[in-house]
Amino acid sequence: MSTLKNIDSVVIRFAGDSGDGMQLTGDRFTSDSAVLGNDLSTLPNFPAEIRAPQGTLPGVSSFQVHFADHSVLTPGDAPDVLVAMNPAALKANLGDLPRGATIIVNTDEFTKRNLSKVGYAESPLDDGSLESWQVHPVPLTSITVEALADFDLGRKDKERAKNMFALGLLSWMYTRPLDGTRAFLATKFAKLPDILEANLAALRAGHAYGETTEAFSVQYAVAPAPMDSGTYRNITGNVATAYGLTTAAHRAGLPLVLGSYPITPASDLLHNLSKLKHFGVTTIQAEDEIAAIGSALGASFGGAIGVTTTSGPGLALKSETIGLAVSLELPLVVIDVQRGGPSTGLPTKTEQADLLQAMFGRNGESPVAVIAASSPSDCFDAAIEAVRIATTYRTPVILLTDGYLANGSQPWRLPSLDELPSVDVEFATEPNATDAKGKPVFHPYVRDEQTLARAWAVPGTPGLEHRVGGIEKADGSGEISYDPANHDTMVRLRQAKIDGIEVPDLEVDDPGGDAKLLVLGWGSTYGPIAAATRLARATGAKVARAHLRNLAPMPANLGEVLRSYDRVVLPEMNLGQLALLLRAEYLVDIQSHTAVRGLPFTAVELAAVINEHLEVLHEGSRA
Amino acid sequence: MSIDLGMPASGVAGVPRLPDGDKQTKRDFTSDQEVRWCPGCGDYIILNAVQSFLPDLGLRRENIVFVSGIGCSSRFPYYLDTYGMHSIHGRAPAIATGLATSRPDLSVWVVTGDGDALSIGGNHLIHALRRNVNLTILLFNNKIYGLTKGQYSPTSEIGAVTKSTPAGSVDQPFNPVSLALGAEASFVARTMDSDRTHLTEVLRAAAEHRGSSLVEIYQNCPIFNDGAFDVLKDSEDGQARILHLTDGEPIRAGEGDTARVVVRGADGNLSVVPEKGADPATVVTHDVAAADPSLAFAISRLDDPSMAHVPMGIFRNVDRPTYDDGVRAQVAAASPDGPATDAELMELLHGKDTWTVEGSMEPRA
Repeated sequence: MSTLKNIDSVVIRFAGDSGDGMQLTGDRFTSDSAVLGNDLSTLPNFPAEIRAPQGTLPGVSSFQVHFADHSVLTPGDAPDVLVAMNPAALKANLGDLPRGATIIVNTDEFTKRNLSKVGYAESPLDDGSLESWQVHPVPLTSITVEALADFDLGRKDKERAKNMFALGLLSWMYTRPLDGTRAFLATKFAKLPDILEANLAALRAGHAYGETTEAFSVQYAVAPAPMDSGTYRNITGNVATAYGLTTAAHRAGLPLVLGSYPITPASDLLHNLSKLKHFGVTTIQAEDEIAAIGSALGASFGGAIGVTTTSGPGLALKSETIGLAVSLELPLVVIDVQRGGPSTGLPTKTEQADLLQAMFGRNGESPVAVIAASSPSDCFDAAIEAVRIATTYRTPVILLTDGYLANGSQPWRLPSLDELPSVDVEFATEPNATDAKGKPVFHPYVRDEQTLARAWAVPGTPGLEHRVGGIEKADGSGEISYDPANHDTMVRLRQAKIDGIEVPDLEVDDPGGDAKLLVLGWGSTYGPIAAATRLARATGAKVARAHLRNLAPMPANLGEVLRSYDRVVLPEMNLGQLALLLRAEYLVDIQSHTAVRGLPFTAVELAAVINEHLEVLHEGSRA
Repeated sequence: MSIDLGMPASGVAGVPRLPDGDKQTKRDFTSDQEVRWCPGCGDYIILNAVQSFLPDLGLRRENIVFVSGIGCSSRFPYYLDTYGMHSIHGRAPAIATGLATSRPDLSVWVVTGDGDALSIGGNHLIHALRRNVNLTILLFNNKIYGLTKGQYSPTSEIGAVTKSTPAGSVDQPFNPVSLALGAEASFVARTMDSDRTHLTEVLRAAAEHRGSSLVEIYQNCPIFNDGAFDVLKDSEDGQARILHLTDGEPIRAGEGDTARVVVRGADGNLSVVPEKGADPATVVTHDVAAADPSLAFAISRLDDPSMAHVPMGIFRNVDRPTYDDGVRAQVAAASPDGPATDAELMELLHGKDTWTVEGSMEPRA
């Protein structure tokens, strides 16, 4: 008989071969935890190769989930539990595992051949090298096959159900209900009743294995986390982005046209949006990145909400067309799901190194609005904001997310209809100027005094026929102009329009109001920075925290905020790109902390950074 | 999901027309911009022909859009009083694809040149043709880069001495018609700036065609490649060189005793022989609607840089489903009851797995 122990949080990492179904296992475990009311955060981590050679280190795929009875800010620094489906999964992940953590290994895969593939001379299960951890050897594959003895399936098919066995076992250990997964499997294998039954049986067998064997003496429960009241769902960043775009178009009453070219980790945006045709969403899978953004811009010219989605290398290819959109002053939403660079870089890993590309990666003075989402669910709000800025100011907007946000997930409190922002778009319908003879005419570059947005007349509007192009245009009339003074005016007008975009002031989280150190972040470092701040404060540290969403233009109070702290530290997953901009713009000696490992920062790591900087301040005040 | 697109309609079906009795003239399509091509440029003639021809379509002017890339020819939209976009080098077909797909009520035209369409924009051109987007693409071919002042282009012949090839080009040129047929374009034609009647006829057929229409227009650049097509313009010699493509007729150059026709030899290859004495059984009858593009392709290969035989007219004009009609049909089929409601949006956001937290608890960090 096992005992039930209440714990406040746990971090579990499922790791196996790319073909072992670890992403699915993790995903299901996450959904079942979310339904229990835990707060949570996830981090999938997988190789770029679809099926790297079996059993090798490059082929290891993992999924980490952190769930708790309190608010969760990161997927967890280090796993409490590792499920290792083979020697490679063990070897690849052991380094992240603190002493004392639990390891559940699939012993069936610890064959001589598999061990030698990853350079184990002897099995670590036998040589005593795992003494510092609590190891549970389970012959996952053979028990699964045995549990499915009565099924008329080949051995391979039976073996494939071992991930459901593992899920059943972990669900027992952490008292997760199985109903959600049962329903999921019923839908997924609706047309394959044999496979469905086998998976259900494996799931049951895993659960029963926990219940009946002596090996697992403790079961754990994690109570629901206190959360604002409301209805919640779990959501990944890419789904949230797709839904944000769709919602914005729906609110604007305009069709959404996505031009896209498949690229990791942005392709899921194309997949998700291509399923939303009933919301008036048109998706065009173009022949290349350039055509993708071209078709989006063509649709914008026609009065739709033109969107293109990509990752760093694709953004590079789109540069010239973004410049055209700057010149045409048409709405265009460009989503860059950042990944490790340069060049092909690390396609499945996360990074924040496209900031300067987004800000300046074009010829000429070519300002655009740039915003960055801070969490998977924030991608929803950020996408709506991107559409709102693009349509209000007739400008390209680059929305930066990254691989961590795109594939990671968290609970999302669903907004009610009246909480959704409105997106209002006005097209020109009447002439707005007169020609030399006093005849009413339409001048496409007459601007709104408030926003500096130009008049937007779409084809099909009688009497407003006009031509736009990438050649410099005369202020107002929009006719081709090579006049030096006019070019100077237009360059400054385009910049002034971006600078004048209304963005909210930067909010600072400084509970005591007397911190001398500010930790500033942008994008997906929100979770790790907030968690690190929480850790540091728990030990009595005084530290303020702020997070930038608007990178172009930046909030009006940013300079004042930066100057009001003795020290500002800025962690970034690049070599200090935002720090460079802030130093140039505000002449503040920003302390840059950087790492480009393809993984998010850990809270412990950043808490140490905070303490180091507090120490420097302390030394300074003593000196 | 299979969607019945019905019989392909006209290229301008769905585009609002002028009320009966209303007429437009060339003046209605002429913008107030000063035309800035070099004196003697073939572009003037083409512009004139297009401005004169557009009123015949009977479409509302505001529902016509010209999209161009970069190059001399790409200034075209500025001179037409329709909606227009002068975009970036090579990308006009991509931009026009997005516009045509999202706006079935527009007649969308692309104006491009040999450098714009076949060099920097080659990829977009072949994919627009492959998809069969409802566009009319006018490719002005002067076999030279004009706007950058005289470098060889992807249609310049081997040996062409230009600013960038002082020792002669060693670059194999494209035959734009062969390229388009290779991409399975559903409408491919060739015409010439100096033959306004033929040009207008071809434009009319191209506009009428639903799907991508590619019209190659031989166009003289008087500054950097003057006289490139003079051998075709000479009244006698030219007529002997031009193979007239007329649907249902033999493909013939010249007249009377010196007329020559296209025949298919025993080996299947096409050749041009004197009509007099040709075996009637071997004479090729032109069929623009042939489903298999290989005959049209073979005809396009009769041309070579010496311009001994240059087929002119419509090579191919077949009906096949268009990309934009297909995309719109899928969107329409997904929303039979019209635009999605707010309730449907909320249902989407909720998904299948939700849970509810009751009562306000401590705020989240």
